[in-house]
Formats: sequence, C-alpha cells, structure tokens
Amino acid sequence: MNIYVLMKRTFDTEEKIVLNGGKINEDGAEFIINPYDEYAIEEALQVRDANGGEVTVISVGNEETEKQLRTALAMGADKAVLINTEDDVENGDQFTTAKILAEYLKNKEADLILGGNVAIDGATGQVGPRVAELLNIPYVTTITKLEIDGTNVTVTRDVEGDSEVIATSLPLLVTAQQGLNEPRYPSLPGIMKAKKKPLDELELDDLDLEEDDVEAKTKTIEIYLPPKKEAGRVLTGDLNDQVKELVHLLHTEAKVI
Amino acid sequence: MSRKVLVLGEARDGSLRNVSFEAIAAAKTIAEGGEVVGVLVGKAVSALGAELVHYGADRVVVVEDEKLTQYTSDGFAQALLAVIDQEKPAGLVLGHTSLGKDLSPRIAGRLSSGLISDATAVEVAGGNIVFTRPIYSGKAFEKKIVTDGLIFATVRPNNITPLAKEESKTGEVSSLSVEIKDLRAVIKEVVRKATEGVDLSEAKVVISGGRGVKSEEGFAPLKELAQVLGGAVGASRGACDADYCDYSLQIGQTGKVVTPDLYIACGISGAIQHLAGMSNSKVIVAINKDPEANIFKVADYGIVGDLFEVVPLLTEEFKKLKVHS
Ligand SMILES: Cc1cc2nc3c(=O)[nH]c(=O)nc-3n(C[C@H](O)[C@H](O)[C@H](O)COP(=O)(O)OP(=O)(O)OC[C@H]3O[C@@H](n4cnc5c(N)ncnc54)[C@H](O)[C@@H]3O)c2cc1C
Ligand SMILES: Cc1cc2nc3c(=O)[nH]c(=O)nc-3n(C[C@H](O)[C@H](O)[C@H](O)COP(=O)(O)OP(=O)(O)OC[C@H]3O[C@@H](n4cnc5c(N)ncnc54)[C@H](O)[C@@H]3O)c2cc1C
Repeated sequence: MNIYVLMKRTFDTEEKIVLNGGKINEDGAEFIINPYDEYAIEEALQVRDANGGEVTVISVGNEETEKQLRTALAMGADKAVLINTEDDVENGDQFTTAKILAEYLKNKEADLILGGNVAIDGATGQVGPRVAELLNIPYVTTITKLEIDGTNVTVTRDVEGDSEVIATSLPLLVTAQQGLNEPRYPSLPGIMKAKKKPLDELELDDLDLEEDDVEAKTKTIEIYLPPKKEAGRVLTGDLNDQVKELVHLLHTEAKVI
Repeated sequence: MSRKVLVLGEARDGSLRNVSFEAIAAAKTIAEGGEVVGVLVGKAVSALGAELVHYGADRVVVVEDEKLTQYTSDGFAQALLAVIDQEKPAGLVLGHTSLGKDLSPRIAGRLSSGLISDATAVEVAGGNIVFTRPIYSGKAFEKKIVTDGLIFATVRPNNITPLAKEESKTGEVSSLSVEIKDLRAVIKEVVRKATEGVDLSEAKVVISGGRGVKSEEGFAPLKELAQVLGGAVGASRGACDADYCDYSLQIGQTGKVVTPDLYIACGISGAIQHLAGMSNSKVIVAINKDPEANIFKVADYGIVGDLFEVVPLLTEEFKKLKVHS
C-alpha cells in the first residue's frame, strides 16, 4: 500500500508565547511533531505492517522541519519529503499548504493519506479536508479506529464524544483524533537507521507551482496576547467561610450566578 | 457595502443548536445590512425554518432528502453547494462544531475560498470584516480577514451573542431540490453517549471533574451542583482515561471547547490541553487540594481544599442563594 502522512512541525505544547514586532517569537522555542500527526504516523506504520507497502511523511515547511521528519523516519516511516517554501512564499494560509500538498500528491497514486485532525498552533483543522477535496477523494475526520480490508475501509469517527462507524473505501484521507493509538517512541536503532533513509527536499518549482498559484486567501492583520489576567483570588480562612465568600463573590462581584 | 450571507442551521435531536442563532448574528454583522439567508439540510427539517427567521434570518432555503438523514460530508456538501450556486452569496457562516469543522474546509476547497475557522468575534473595522480567533491553544489571538472568495467563517459556540428572538417575524421558507448521489462514505452506526441534560458546548455553567474525582461515584456531588446551577458536567482527559466518566464529557483540545459564564474545575491540574478547551470562560473557579496546581494560574477564584468537602458545601450555599433570590 502506498501510504502518505501529512505532518506539521509545531511549537511545543508547553511553550510560552512571546510576541516580537507583532509576530510570534520563535527564537529559542522548542518544536515538535504536531501531536495529532504522531497518531497519524503511528497508524500509518501499523497499516503498513499489516498490509505491506511504504510510508512517506510529507511536510510543507522550512529547513528546520528536517528534524521532525527525521523523527518520523526514526519512528519507522520509510521516506520523508520536505517541501521547503522558505525562499518562495512569504504569506501563506491553509489554502497555500493544502494546494502545495495536493499538487505533490496528485500523481502519486496514494491509497491512504493520514493527517492530524488539527494542528495545535494554527488550529483550523482545514488542511486535511482541503487536500482531499483538491484530490477528489473521500475523507473522514477525527478518527479513533481504522480497519482496512482490501479496498474496503471501516472507520470509527469521534463526533463530539459520540462515535460514528463509517464504511468507505480507498483511496481515502483520514485525520487522527487522540485515542486512535499510542504513538511509539523512536528506538535507538530506529534513530540510527533514520539517518540513512531518504529525505527529499523540493521547492515550489519542482511542483510546477508559481507563487501566485498558492497565494493566501486570508490575511492576518494582528496577533495579540490575551489581556493578562489578574492573579486569581485564592480564598483563605475557615472552609465554610471560604465557600460563603465564593458564592457571594460569584453573585455580587462576578455576577455570573 | 451590503452583501448576502448564508448561514447553515444545524439541528441536533430535531431542534436547532444555539450556535446556529449565534451564526446568524455573525452573518448580520458580515452582511452590513444585506440579506441573511438560512440554509437547512436534512431529511425533514423545514419545520425549523421559522425559528431561524425568529432569530434574524430574512428567509430560509431548505434541502430535504432521505440521503441527508444523517450528516455525511458528501451529502451535505452537495446540498450546500447547490444552495450556494442558486443564491450566489458573498458570505457563509457555519458553527465550529463537529459538522462545521468537517464540512467547511471542503466547501472552501471546492470554491477556492478563504476560510476563517473557530472565530470568537466578528466586527466591521476599517472597511473590512474582521474575525478574531484563538491560536496556540488560546495562548494568543489573531485578527484575520478573507482576501479571496466568500467571507467564510465558522464560529465557536457560546461566544457571539444571538439576536433577541422575535416570534412575530416572518420570512419565506423555500425548498430546493438537489439530487444527492455518490455518497463515498456512509454511516453504518451511531453510538450515542451520555449527553443527557444541557449541551456542554452551549451550557452557561460547567462543573468539571478531573482525576481528583477518583471514581465514577465521585462525580455525584458535581452532578448535584450542576443541577442546582442549571449547568452541565464536564471532565478532563484524566477523568475520562481513568473511566470515571464518558469521553463525551471531555473538555479540551481533543474534546469540547466550552465558553460558559462560569466554569468550576474540581480536581483538575490544568494541563495546557485542558486549558485550550476552557480558558475563554468568563469566570473560572478552581477547587484543588494542591495550591501549586496550574489551574490556579487561570482561575479567577480558587479554593485550596478537598473537592469532596468543598463541592457539597457549595451546593448547599447556592441552594440558599436560590431560595433568597
Ligand atoms: C508558505 C507558507 C507561508 C505561511 N505563512 C504564514 C503566515 O504568514 N502567517 C501565518 O499565520 N501562517 C502562515 N503559514 C501557516 C499556515 O497558515 C498554517 O499554519 C498551515 O497551513 C496549517 O494550518 P493549521 O495550522 O490551521 O493546520 P490544521 O489545518 O489545523 O492542520 C491539520 C493537519 O493538516 C496537516 N498539515 C497542516 N500543516 C501542514 C504542513 N505545513 N505540512 C504538512 N501537513 C500539514 C497536518 O496533518 C495537521 O495535523 C504559512 C504556511 C505556508 C505553507
Ligand atoms: C495530544 C494530547 C491531547 C490532549 N487533550 C486533552 C483534552 O482535550 N482535555 C484534557 O483535559 N486533557 C487533554 N490531554 C491530557 C492532559 O495533558 C492531562 O494529562 C490531563 O488534562 C490531566 O487530567 P487531570 O487534570 O484530571 O489529572 P491530573 O493532572 O492527574 O490532576 C489531578 C488533580 O486533582 C487534584 N486532586 C486530587 N485529589 C483531589 C481532591 N480530593 N480534591 C481536590 N483536588 C484533588 C490534584 O492535586 C491534581 O491537581 C491531552 C494530552 C495530549 C498529549
């Protein structure tokens, strides 16, 4: 089976956000594989191991993204592709990313494409379904279970806590929800092997795309931090009094009750 | 400049979700005096049309078909695209719900349009329609505009105030017939979980339990408090993973995003993935026995103590307040 995983390099979940000249300051920040993409990678490896084939992890990013792609290779992916847009595109959005990914994927005859259901930084969840639409293949989002039998696929999907069992078929794009699996850690031999696995780097030119073809359809006009919350009031004294005070505050000061 | 804006109304268990009324309010802002047209897609949904009008839609277009009984991206995309084709709107608003998240990028992809997901506010500023949305798990916000295609957004539940309901308002409810074909993914089974009582993402008060609740029975005092306050019960991933409650109660990055007036976190440490789902709440109360717990950093009020002592006392005190007022 020909399996592709869409992977985004994101800020570490725990990273503090600092603005610098109206932009998120990336200096010194830790970066990780988007956590939901780890589930996608793990699932891809399991599908490959059960059905045979090859797993290719693709990311639209910059030079730094190599690190996360190597980690994916160390987990067990066979190949990685970095589409480096650093020199070509200044402002992009979800359309940009999806268009580039779809252009790369369009003649790859992918049987299965997996992504995360959402990236923890940009957090739109648009990229997966946009790619599927551009490739004209079905998709199922926020999946927690995937079963493949020939070209028939049964997927369980999380819908605000309820679940739906969906019957569909390959070729297919799915996006991973937490609960799909437990992603493995790269093993030491895995890390050694990863160094020798192919990691191709492409630019827009290689995909016959011009900057205009991928021009963003939205624009960010401002980024700001939420107003700093005043330190909350931790109540003190006798517990009964604290409870009385809390109810009083919620009623008269916060006026929410 | 006034423009026509479509709003997809979303029904659940036969009634419209609040977020649909909030989406109409957003659409009104976007329309700048233009027409707001409600869209309903389903098997037998036209009866809901009047309510969309009561909340501000000027008229409603309904697409009904047996194949639209349940949401599928193929079926609903065909229906909505047909309405877009007929109405030629300049804007489109959906709720940022499971359905909205699944469907909107597909429509945007097909129409080659910009899309602003998970907006918590919309305003007209400097001649633009400007949307606000949280990024980095709510640690920052961005203001965005659409520069190409429809002015297209999904709105986060419980953030945009709906217009006052006007029962006397009338508007045309027309139907559009669309041939729904080639469903490439079909639903075989739906497993509905808990969700009794108030819809978590629309609740004005949420009482949430974490691993500190310690057992399924441990949720009982939280349920009682929720009942007294007319709120809903939520949970952290920790509580769900430990099997104290169902995953349908989970709040956070993976679970539901809630923006109630009052959020009471009981025995929840305050991991960033949890905060992503509730930090926009108007007032946050933390009850935790560990004074160092991260949840106190986002709380407006905190009580350091054992939730099994504090929560029942709170319930009693709120009961008294209710009697007095
Ligand atoms: C050339 C370029 C320029 C950009 N410029 C800006 C800018 O100026 N300002 C700005 O705010 N943002 C910019 N971005 C980032 C962009 O707006 C989004 O962050 C990105 O496209 C993903 O959107 P998201 O974070 O909402 O991801 P989501 O749609 O939430 O991600 C869902 C899933 O899609 C897949 N996916 C997402 N992104 C990628 C990726 N890059 N590669 C592979 N798979 C992916 C993953 O599987 C992920 O889990 C730029 C992106 C590109 C490609
Ligand atoms: C990709 C990813 C996605 C995730 N998504 C989510 C998500 O959507 N939602 C979510 O919640 N988590 C999510 N998590 C998990 C998150 O990181 C935390 O592990 C989780 O939120 C912890 O749950 P908790 O606070 O209940 O448990 P703990 O961290 O164990 O905290 C329990 C708290 O209870 C307190 N306590 C114990 N006993 C009492 C008592 N008797 N009275 C008062 N206080 C008491 C303790 O002091 C402690 O602070 C995600 C993680 C990952 C990696």
